[in-house]
Amino acid sequence: MMRSTPMSPLALTHFTATSCLGKGLAATRAALQQSRSGLSPCCFETVQLATYIGEVEGLDAVEMPPQLQRFDCRNNRLAHLALMQDGFDAAVRSAIARFGPDRIGVYLGTSTSGILTTEIAYRHLDPLTGALPDGFDYKGTHNSFSVADYVGRLYGLAGPAVALCTACSSSAKVFAAAQRMIGAGQIDAAIVGGVDSLCLTTLYGFHSLQLTSPEPCRPFDATRDGLSIGEAAAFALLERAPADTDPAAILLLGAGESSDAYHMSSPHPDGAGARTAMHDALTAAGLAPGDVDYINLHGTGTPSNDSAESRAVLGLFGDATPCSSTKGATGHALGAAGALEAVICALALESGLMPGGLNVRQRDPQLALNYLTQNERAPLQRVLSNSFGFGGANCALLFGRAA
Amino acid sequence: MSTLTGCIQGIGVLGPGLADWSAARAVLAREQPYLAAATVLPPPAVLPAAERRRAGRVIRLALAVGAEALGAATAASGVADYARLLPTVFTSSGGDGDNCHELCVTLASGDRQISPTRFHNSVHNAAAGYWSIAYGCTRPSTSLCAGDASFAAGLLEALAQLAGGTPAVLLLAYDANYPQPLYARRPIPDAFGIALLLVSADSGAGLPQLEVTLSSAPAAPMEQAALESLRASIPAARGLPLLERLAQRRAGTVVLDYLDSATMAVGVQP
Repeated sequence: MMRSTPMSPLALTHFTATSCLGKGLAATRAALQQSRSGLSPCCFETVQLATYIGEVEGLDAVEMPPQLQRFDCRNNRLAHLALMQDGFDAAVRSAIARFGPDRIGVYLGTSTSGILTTEIAYRHLDPLTGALPDGFDYKGTHNSFSVADYVGRLYGLAGPAVALCTACSSSAKVFAAAQRMIGAGQIDAAIVGGVDSLCLTTLYGFHSLQLTSPEPCRPFDATRDGLSIGEAAAFALLERAPADTDPAAILLLGAGESSDAYHMSSPHPDGAGARTAMHDALTAAGLAPGDVDYINLHGTGTPSNDSAESRAVLGLFGDATPCSSTKGATGHALGAAGALEAVICALALESGLMPGGLNVRQRDPQLALNYLTQNERAPLQRVLSNSFGFGGANCALLFGRAA
Repeated sequence: MSTLTGCIQGIGVLGPGLADWSAARAVLAREQPYLAAATVLPPPAVLPAAERRRAGRVIRLALAVGAEALGAATAASGVADYARLLPTVFTSSGGDGDNCHELCVTLASGDRQISPTRFHNSVHNAAAGYWSIAYGCTRPSTSLCAGDASFAAGLLEALAQLAGGTPAVLLLAYDANYPQPLYARRPIPDAFGIALLLVSADSGAGLPQLEVTLSSAPAAPMEQAALESLRASIPAARGLPLLERLAQRRAGTVVLDYLDSATMAVGVQP
C-alpha cells in the first residue's frame, strides 16, 4: 500500500481549557483524575427544561477590557476567562514578540457565538417600533466572527483571523485549518481553539430534537437517552515543531475531515463519514490504526451518535483500542467540544491517564468497543480525538508525544 | 509574506441585478448597463423533496452559485459528478437571517417550542450540509465566518488547501439580508453570492491565475457607483473588484477588503 508523506508535525506549545470542570488545566486534570462530573440540573437563565447542563461558574463577574466593551457577552467573557488561565495570555504575548503580530493567525470554532445576547434582546424590543434595544451590538456579540475578532483585537494581531462554524466539529477543524495556513507559509503560529456558551437556541433546539437527556448524559450506556449541553473555552498555541523538540512536547500529527452527505441532524448509521475522517487522520500522520493508544470519542450519549461512532471505530480499529467519551464529565460543549477534547487528549498524553467514561450503569452490549468506564493508566504515545457535527461535518485529530 | 496561488476554472454569481456570471461579466466589462433589481433565487431543484421544502434563502443562493461555477467547467450533465468529488469552502457573514429571526421570536415568546428543522437549519454550516446531501459529496467541507472579511477569509482558506496539495476546491461566498429588527443593525440590502472553482496553478494552464498576499494598501472601490454600493454593503460582494478585473481581462493587482488590520492583494493574470 502506498503511504503518503506525513504532514510535518506542529507542536501545541501551550494550551488551556475552562469548562464546567473548572478554570484551567489544574482543575480539569483534578476532575478527570477524580472521575468527577461538572454536570448539574439546569437552572440557566429563564430556561425551564428538565435536563442537566455543564455551566461555567463566575462568568457574570468577568470584566472585559475597557477598550473592547462592545464585545461584552457571555461567549466572549468565557473566552477571556479561559485565555487568562495557565499563562496562556503570556504565551501569546511571547509568540507575538518572536514572530510579529502579522505572523500569528486566529482560528476559533463556535456554533452560537453571542446569540444569547440577541435572544434576550428580542424580549426587549421597542413596543412601538419593534426595534432592538439601543445597547445591542450585532458585530460585537451576535456575529459568529465576534470571538475571533475579540481575540485578535485583544492581542493586536494582524494575521489571518476567522471563525470556523461547522457545529459540533468547529473547534476540531480549526486545528486542520491552522495547520494548512502554517504549512502554506502564511503564518508561523496560530491561536486555535473553541468557545461556545449556554444559550436558549441550543437548549431548546436539542430538546426539540428529543436529544437532551433528563439525567446527566450516559455515553455508551445501554439505555442512554441523550446529551447534556455544556459550555467551554479551550485554546492551544500551534507552532512548527523544531527538529530538537522537547520529547515531552505534544504534537498535532494529523487531521482528517469528511462529510456524511446523509442528513442534517442525524449521523450516517454506519458512521461512514466518521470512519473516513479517522482513516484520513491516520494517513496524514503516516500511521496505522494499531499505532493509536487511546481514542477520545465524540460520544455524545445520543442513541444514534454512539451507535454510528461505535461502528466506525470498530470497523477501522477493531475492539481492542481503549476509548471513552469525556462528555459525561464536561457535557457536550458543541462548538468548543473539539478543542476541549484536544486539550483532554494532551493531558492524557502528558500523564498517561485515560479518563473513564462517566455515568455508565450498564454498557451497551451492541457497542462492542473497549470502552473504559474507570480511569486507566498506560504510557500513551498517540491518541485520537473524534468530533462530528450537524450537517455531517466530521473531523478526527491525531495527537502524539514528540518522543 | 509568501503568496498563495490558484487558477479559476469556473465562476458563479447571483445578486441584485446580476442574474449569473454571464450577465455580471457584461456589466462589469461595461458592455451592458447595470440595472438594479431584487435578487431572484432559483428553487433548489437538486435537493431531495424533503430537503427542498426546508431550504431557506441562503441555501438556495449557495446551491445556485456553486452549480453555476461547476457548470462553467463541465457539461451540464457533469455538474453532479464533479460536485461529488470536490472539497468545499463555504463562507458567509451571517448565515440564514430569516431562520435566526424566527428562532429568536419563538424563544422570546411564552411558548418556546422551536421547530427541529429551524434548529438544525440554524447552524452556520447548513448550506454546506445541504450541498453535501444534494450531491452525495463526502469530501471535506468547511464553513467560515469572518464578518465583513468573510469573502477574503474564504479565498485564503481555499488557496491554502490548494497549497497543501488539494487539486481543486470550490469556494462559495454568500450573504442574505436579515428581516427587521436585525436588519436595522445589520443592513445587508439583498442576497448576493460568488462561487469560484479554484484549481492549482499546476493544473490550470490557460486559466485566469490569482496570486494572493495580505497587504496594507487600501481596498479598491468599484468603478460604477451602484456596484460600489453593493460591494460596501454585502460582505460576499467584497469580492466584486476581483470579478471586475476578470471581466475586463486586465492584468494587475486588485486590493480586496479583509480585516481592519489587513487587506488582501490579489494579483490577477487573466
